[in-house]
Amino acid sequence: MSIKIENLTHIYMKNSPFEKKALDDVNIEIKDGEFVALIGHTGSGKSTLIQHINGLLKPDSGKIIVDGVDITEKKINLSFIRKKIGLVFQYPEYQLFEETIEKDIAFGPKNLGLSDDDINNRVKRAMNIVGLKYEEYKDRSPFDLSGGQKRRVAIAGVVAMEPRVLILDEPTAGLDPKGRDDILGEIKSLQKEYKLTIILVSHSMEDVAKLADRIIVMHNGRCILDGSPVQVFKEIDTLESVGLAVPQVTYMVRKLKHEGINISEDIFTIEQAKEEILRLLNKG
Amino acid sequence: MILCKDVSYKYEDADKGNSKLAVDHVTFEVKKGEFLVILGRNGSGKSTIAKHMNALLIPTGGKVYVENFDTCDEKNIWNIRNKAGMVFQNPDNQIVATIVEEDVAFGPENLGVLPEEIRLRVDDCLKRVNMQEYKRYAPHLLSGGQKQRVAIAGVLAMRPDCIIFDESTAMLDPSGRREVMNTIKEINGKYNMTVILITHYMEEAVEANRIIVMDEGKIIMEGTPRNIFSQVGKMKDIGLDVPQMTELAYELRANGVNIRSDILTIDEMVSELCRLK
Repeated sequence: MSIKIENLTHIYMKNSPFEKKALDDVNIEIKDGEFVALIGHTGSGKSTLIQHINGLLKPDSGKIIVDGVDITEKKINLSFIRKKIGLVFQYPEYQLFEETIEKDIAFGPKNLGLSDDDINNRVKRAMNIVGLKYEEYKDRSPFDLSGGQKRRVAIAGVVAMEPRVLILDEPTAGLDPKGRDDILGEIKSLQKEYKLTIILVSHSMEDVAKLADRIIVMHNGRCILDGSPVQVFKEIDTLESVGLAVPQVTYMVRKLKHEGINISEDIFTIEQAKEEILRLLNKG
Repeated sequence: MILCKDVSYKYEDADKGNSKLAVDHVTFEVKKGEFLVILGRNGSGKSTIAKHMNALLIPTGGKVYVENFDTCDEKNIWNIRNKAGMVFQNPDNQIVATIVEEDVAFGPENLGVLPEEIRLRVDDCLKRVNMQEYKRYAPHLLSGGQKQRVAIAGVLAMRPDCIIFDESTAMLDPSGRREVMNTIKEINGKYNMTVILITHYMEEAVEANRIIVMDEGKIIMEGTPRNIFSQVGKMKDIGLDVPQMTELAYELRANGVNIRSDILTIDEMVSELCRLK
């Protein structure tokens, strides 16, 4: 399922002294099954953009075409969008509210009017995907869990809607390193095994480098860079000028080059750095 | 500066009648002017112990002393809060006023500081966090990093000897994180403020004089960043991480490269690799 964003513009507080263009003529096409990372400093327009993609906000001009349907049309059926595109907000665990984990995850599917069997199957599947054992957790209160596990329950609630596209707004903020790696691993498997399209908003260049097929960089409501990690992380100066950075190993590579060492510049992860350094040392 | 002596803290859940020992007989001291980092998984007790250091929590066992003031004694609470300030994770939850300089003035006003003195403190503290140009701004127009620096100025204006940062960089973008870390380093280095930083970012922990690692309410490791992070396997087993350069060195060593195991920074890695080449 592809998403096509055409000339999207959104203005906050229009016709007031505080008028601000939050999105300024954005054009993006996201292909089925892609893992896209959306990066940009606070206030760059990332959140405004993702809220348009699942119909929470309407643009001032421009179109968003999902599966051939323009979802910015006034008459559009919102449940059409919500079934296809799931959005996991920042700190989604604050939205947990039910007595048991099972009920909390079942809330969305129930509202789709599914049969009890269907709902139950979806809850089981969603819990399995995020790594929570159904029998062990179904009757427990979501509020007795650790931060990382609460977040898993919240993500399972969106996964149980069985969307084709999953948008996650900083899903690892505030988690410890293990919790972070576990959740990111599960998100990657949603793309690989379940063929979901993933749009990940992140502030961690290291995580983005490890996971994404493609990186979109936002600044002042505009999409200023769009390409593979190789293409985007080459633009160190541009990224730094908009308050971002490149992964640590990429800075290391730049310094090594400066010292006259002939090392490949297309290195963004520790794994790649290791391979390249081993190659250089063995050769010499 | 701060002494935690055999501290325990038990959370009681009245509904279910069960309790949880969040901090389990912990003893350590924070020295004046020190930069101490506390690492640990979610739920390891690090925030709980931090909240003991300015008497937001009172130990259920053991004692906490802030500059010799016992936190158990209610009479001492305002003395303690004057000595130890705290900056939290979410910048939006700790700004109270509608203008930056009024927000910074809020703390000293409540301490009964004279208006002329408040004016001096506000200007001085905003300068220390590099936010003097924004003093007449409305806080909602600032970025996350700028808001956190205003929150730091607000704590500084109360003239504490020590500031505790409880994951104060967790919600920030890379430049915001850098701004706040630079401010923290500066108030520690230039103004000799004692700093206790709780973080999940290992690159930030590299800056510390000393690291304490907590797990299940106990202190399980303590040492310099170099000492702690060279134990890559142990850190990973606990569910923590090491700085990227330390991990790369570890991976290279595992592949037979004779490289130092205690590398922390990019510069150290580059000079090691230049030596090997």
